[in-house]
Amino acid sequence: MSTSMPSEPGEQQENAPAVKKFMYVNRRAPYGTIYALESLEVVLITAAFEQDVSLVFIDDGIYQIKKGQDTGGIGMKNFSPTFRALEGYDVEKLYVEKESLQARGLSEDDLIVPVQVLSREELREFMDQQEVILTF
Amino acid sequence: MKLGILVNEGPYQHQASDTAYQFTKAALAKGHEIFRIFFYNDGVNNGTRLGVPPQDDRNVTKLWSELAAEHDLDLVVCIAAAQRRGILDASEAKRHGKDSSNLAPGFRISGLGQLIEAGIQADRLVVFGD
Repeated sequence: MSTSMPSEPGEQQENAPAVKKFMYVNRRAPYGTIYALESLEVVLITAAFEQDVSLVFIDDGIYQIKKGQDTGGIGMKNFSPTFRALEGYDVEKLYVEKESLQARGLSEDDLIVPVQVLSREELREFMDQQEVILTF
Repeated sequence: MKLGILVNEGPYQHQASDTAYQFTKAALAKGHEIFRIFFYNDGVNNGTRLGVPPQDDRNVTKLWSELAAEHDLDLVVCIAAAQRRGILDASEAKRHGKDSSNLAPGFRISGLGQLIEAGIQADRLVVFGD
């Protein structure tokens, strides 16, 4: 996966297809509300539009990509396998906030997809470089 | 400035739609262009014409419809989010064999691509939600 941080927002070239930096900030648990699922739906469409897509997982949003989800007892569809399919849509920039990970006693090994772990401060700088930020 | 607006919460339970409406009105008054207003998540519930709020309360859907008519705004309800929540226009109702539709005047139903396009085309995409 690509682990490079995107550069500064560049100027669009004349007649070039418009590509913007879209960041999705996922901060809620996967179940309990629909935000995580519907965020993922927007991410897939954004990828189809060939935009520069980054996903960030902070707070309870980290649980969206935790291994071993079993939703059998709550009558909800387990949509976590979709995160593994993101690579096929060229969505490879996934970031996790280190502080959120540590606060939940989790490590990268607990996650179903490869991610880059960034500190809160690094994430702040990364967010500054984005053009469209959607938080769910 | 060219603005895109995203409304992610339904009317009444949250104030997000009211705030988005007030913001849009203020932006228009200041001469800004509103490229599109997109309704997602429970925000699609802003698009039902069947709401009957008390007479001494504001009618959020009606306010949006009136503002759209006055300023020729593009109010787009996400089709996937709308189908889950029972927001249908006449053709969607027919397609799914439903006995009625409920989309309010001035709103149209379309795909999430309309949100991404707003993100690309607008100078700022301003999000209202929880």
